[in-house]
Parts: sequence; structure tokens; C-alpha cells
Amino acid sequence: MRLTAQELSIAERLSGVSLTLEPGSITAICGPNGAGKSSLLEALAGLLHPDSGEVAMEGSALDAMPPRDRAMTIGYLPQAHEIAWDVPVRSLVELGRMPHGDRRAEPVDAALEALDIEHLAGRRAQSLSGGETARVLLARVLAGEPRWILADEPLAALDIGHQLALLHHLRRAAESGAGVVLVLHDLAHAMNHADRAIVLDDGRIAADGACEDALDRQVIERVWKVPVRWIGEAGHRALVSG
Amino acid sequence: MNRATLILATLLLLALPVSLLAGRVWLDPATTPNAAIILAELRLPRAMLAIVVGAGLGAAGAAMQGYLRNPLADPGLFGIAPGAALGAVAALWFGYAISPWLLPAFALVGAGGAMALLAAIAGRTGGIALFTLAGLMVASLAGALTALAISMAPNAFAMSEIVLWLNGALTDRSWREVWLAGPLVMLGIALLWRSGTSLDALTLGEPVARSLGVDTRLLLWLLIAGVGLTVGASVAVAGIIGFVGLIVPHLVRPLTDRRPSQLIVPSALAGALLVLVADSVVRVLPLVTELRLGIALSLLGAPFFLLLLLRMRRGLV
Repeated sequence: MRLTAQELSIAERLSGVSLTLEPGSITAICGPNGAGKSSLLEALAGLLHPDSGEVAMEGSALDAMPPRDRAMTIGYLPQAHEIAWDVPVRSLVELGRMPHGDRRAEPVDAALEALDIEHLAGRRAQSLSGGETARVLLARVLAGEPRWILADEPLAALDIGHQLALLHHLRRAAESGAGVVLVLHDLAHAMNHADRAIVLDDGRIAADGACEDALDRQVIERVWKVPVRWIGEAGHRALVSG
Repeated sequence: MNRATLILATLLLLALPVSLLAGRVWLDPATTPNAAIILAELRLPRAMLAIVVGAGLGAAGAAMQGYLRNPLADPGLFGIAPGAALGAVAALWFGYAISPWLLPAFALVGAGGAMALLAAIAGRTGGIALFTLAGLMVASLAGALTALAISMAPNAFAMSEIVLWLNGALTDRSWREVWLAGPLVMLGIALLWRSGTSLDALTLGEPVARSLGVDTRLLLWLLIAGVGLTVGASVAVAGIIGFVGLIVPHLVRPLTDRRPSQLIVPSALAGALLVLVADSVVRVLPLVTELRLGIALSLLGAPFFLLLLLRMRRGLV
């Protein structure tokens, strides 16, 4: 199931963004602060209605889809780790089943297992550490078995160990056929772990393609306006200034 | 049915017979003259009304706290109770309260007006922040108009009537009030109960709830209608009874797994229990005139609230 955006415009945030996303791979959305990354992700998730243009899932407009069907297809993970009530972890993960109208144990257990957090299932949400919370919230998305996983800065506020673990889980989801779209600030993570990068600048696409091309030093210098260079080998690159 | 529902339903069933016998004069069904009539026409409707009013306020409080994701939310803050009170005050001001139907009818119109205003302002977008602000504004407008009515009361008698009525009570109520409020409150609780799953999803914030398929506009309408019916009908028959909607969900929450959906029915039961017991206590207290239920519950509620803040402060340090 392809996810496409056609001439997407949202006042002061996006102007004329068009792209086609293929399932089974990880796409990173990058760009400076205020470039429109989160807006693009929300629009792709069907949560933000564009002023013009449209987002379509396999040709049918997202706006026209019943909210429940859309929710079954697209799992959305926002940046904020908000958990209002001290509910049991398992019931949080079960929320992922809501669009399906069930609380089937099988996908919930599978999601807990995929993120190595079975041992947390009986804990209370507000007793978790930041890294545990991030994994629980991703498990919530996985429990819904969505075809698309859209996550806004899923690595923010995580230490390097948890970052790599989370990226590993997202890669496994992509390998099993899901489309994964991540807003990433860390360009090295995008370079090393995504299959494709879309660089936004001031609401427009500045570069789009394989990470080695789209995150090329010239693109970074043009968009972020800082002198940088990549060091290391493909798959293990690091970004340094100068 | 969860554990909290079971415990609270049992407690309510135990409290009901005691409440029927409790009063300045304790009733002994065997010896008290006219015991059957006193029970059937005075004590039973009053107890039923306490249950109806308490259930409505408790459920509304639980739903509002779930919706606003804030344990300090009280349904009285959001314009519907002050709107209903304004309606009732208008009936008293104009002297229409002579008819037993007009005062509650005016109160329901007031609650309906507040609901309509809330829906008109916030209903189109379904945003929580807009709803909160609109609710606070409707509440202060209704409060100001009520204060205006008191200050310009046509005579001292009307003024004292209004002030007394505003401190809610269940004194001298009959089956008429039970039949008026009962179905409306039940319908309201059913609407709030139906919103439970969406409130659970809101635990993770509004964007996640929407991504899970929650129609936030429909949810807002359900809440306005549910709170409007429960709180509006309660105020219409009993006046302002504060703090029930605030305290009850707090007392019930530790008995549940803290999901908002699991809190609504137990909060209705606990609200019913609290108002039933409180109303029995004010009847038994040896005072010259009966303590108004609304005042009693506020006297109980304010220290409780302070305690709650203290505990939260400790939790935050």
C-alpha cells in the first residue's frame, strides 16, 4: 500500500509537497527547526488537513477514509511522551487494538515481545524510565499491526543504547512489510539507518532520495547553513563540523 | 463488572436501609406511627433523589477528569451547573417557583443554554483547550448574572429564597423530582459511559487519540450532552451541590486500574453513596435548622481538596 502526497500545502508550514512512499522501507524526514517536518508527518497520518492538495493511501484520499480504517492502517507516534493516568502498561499497549475493536492478546504479546518489554506489562505507566516509556509507546503502535508506522522524533530523549534498539525494532517492522516514516533530527541516524531521506526546507522539499545523495554535505550546507563533512564508511557514518 | 463497581454497589445497598431509618427522629417500622407513609412518601423519595443526584455528579466528574486529563477538573467549573443555577434563580426572582415544575424546568433551560453555548463555541473544532476556556467563560457569565439577580432581588424574601436554594439541599423533595431527574441523569450517565473508550485513548494525548480513530468532535458532543443531562438535572432538583464531582473520582481511582473508562460507573455509585450518607448525616445532626447538604459537602470537600493538594505537592517534590 503506497502512501502518496499530492501538492500538499498548509499555510506557513508546507507548500506544494509531493512524494510517494513505498512500504517495506524506512524513510527519514529531515530538516532544520520549523521546516515543516512534523506538519508533513501529521498530514501523512491524516491528522492535519491540508489547505490544498491531498494525501492518499493506494489512490484513495485519506480524508475520505473512515477514521477507524485509517487508524487500522496508519500507526502514529508523536514526539510528546504524554501519559495522563498511571494505568497498567499492558492496557496502554492494548490501546493500539482500539481501531480493531478488540483487545486480542496475541498481537499485544507480540508487540511486547518485539520490544523486549514483557517484564514491564504489569508495571504502572508512570513508574517507567524514559527509555522504557519510549518502548512501551512504540509497542502500542505495533500492537495495532499497522501497515504504516509514522513516528515523530522517536529517538529524542533516548540514550544511544535505546536509540539503536528502537531503530533495530523499526527496521524489523520494515522488513516484515510495514512502511516506516521517521522525523529525525540526528542526520547520522538518518544516514546510517534509513533507506531514503526527504529533506525539508521552509516547507518545501530540498532533497529527496537515497540518504547518501539527499544528505550530501552540499545539501546540508545549503539547508542548515553550517559547514560539515561526513566521516567513516557507509552504514557507520558520523557528521562532523568543518 | 470491575471490583470497584462490586464493592460500591454493595455499600450502597447496605447504606440505603440505614438512610431510610435515619433522621432527627429515628424510624422504627414497628412502633413509629405512620411509618409506612413516612417511608414511602418522605424518606424513600429523598433517598432515591440523593442516589440520582450523587450518581450524576460522580459520573460527570469522572468523565470530565478523563476528558481534560486533569484530576482537578470539576463539572461545576464548566458552565453547566452555573447555567442551571441561573435558570432556577430566574424562576425564584420572577416568583414562578410557586409551581413545583417551573423551577426545575427553568433550571433545565439554563443548563441547556449553557450546553448550547459550549457546543456553539467549541463544538465545531472539538478542541479541548477551547472547550475549557468556553466553559470557564460560560460559568463566570452565569455566575455574574446570578449575582446580579441576587443584588437586584425584588424583595428580601426572594433574596433569601435564592441564597438558600443555591446551597443545594434535598429537603422536602418528593417522587416528582425523582421522576424528573432520574431518567435524565440515567441517560446522561449512559452517554458518558459510551465515551469511555475514547477517554482511555485520550490518556496518550489528543493527536494519538485521533490517530486511533477517535472522533474528537463526537466525543465533545457526547460529553456536553452527558454532563449537561447529569449535572443540569441534578442542579434542577437539588440546587448546587459542589465537590461531589471532584472528590468522588479521586476516592474511586485507587480501586480501579485508573483507566478513565473504568472510573465512570464506580464514580456514579460512589457519588450516590456519598450524597446518600451525607444527606442522612445532615438529617441526624442536632442543629436548630437542618444543615444544607450543599454546605455540608463543601465543608467536607474543601479540607479534602487541601489534603489532596498537600499529597500532590509531596509527590511532586
